[in-house]
Amino acid sequence: MSTYFLCLILFCVGLYAILRKRNIIKMIIGIVICEYAINLFLILFGYKMNGRSPLYSPDQQILDMVDPLPQAMAMTAIVISLATTALLVGIAIRIYEKYGTFDITKINKLKG
Amino acid sequence: MIEINLLLIFIIIAAIVAVEVKDLLSSVVAVGVAGFGLVISFLALKAPDLAITQLVVEILCLIILIRATIKIDLPFSTSGRWFVNTLACIAFLVIFLSYGYAAISSLPSFGNPLMKTSNFYLGETFKTIHATNVVSAINLNFRAYDTLGEATVLFAAAIGIMAIMRKKGKLTKAGKDDESE
Repeated sequence: MSTYFLCLILFCVGLYAILRKRNIIKMIIGIVICEYAINLFLILFGYKMNGRSPLYSPDQQILDMVDPLPQAMAMTAIVISLATTALLVGIAIRIYEKYGTFDITKINKLKG
Repeated sequence: MIEINLLLIFIIIAAIVAVEVKDLLSSVVAVGVAGFGLVISFLALKAPDLAITQLVVEILCLIILIRATIKIDLPFSTSGRWFVNTLACIAFLVIFLSYGYAAISSLPSFGNPLMKTSNFYLGETFKTIHATNVVSAINLNFRAYDTLGEATVLFAAAIGIMAIMRKKGKLTKAGKDDESE
């Protein structure tokens, strides 16, 4: 219960950076922190107390494994988050080349 | 249980430092600290495949972010309605946290997951597929179309990065690069 709430606080730190910061790199960092929090929440949700890793061995019988399905889904999400982060950083680099700043309040030449 | 809470508090402190520090390169390094804390907590939560993937992704992400920030330093500006904006943002976050607390109260408690679908996968993996790694079996066998979609998204993002980052634009009639417009 408290573990879930700590994970929610981590998400809120990222959300604060997205909402409040003016630097584009800080906003990207906020998105990355949100991705960390969501992936960690999926894994926390599938954790079984005193469980084992979801790896079978041919020799011995392993009974109490943790939930493997959130791990498979989070693996997909991690790889996609790398691609989206690279795309965001690419857009930020192009904005810096065009306007000479990362400050979103200074980028005001979007018309025409 | 207690070590997972301690790791989460460590990640939260690293994230707060990353958000609040003024130098951009220090901020990126603090994100790296949070990411490697995440790797250790994945290991503590018995997810070794995820820990390996997150380690590789974390290093690549750090390299990309450092590429963006290595020569750039931005002064911190507090002009505008600083107080009102911060107050509104914190009020929104408090409302969000209270609703989130109500939502996670209805979840099953930590350490006792619902394993309706997963019990099928855990039983079938060794019997019908003869694989030892259940996570790989789910990714590549039970849910292979999901992995195909993931690869599609990855290549779409790569094409987007190529389209954004290329230097040469279309040629104009005069034969010059049309970069200025």
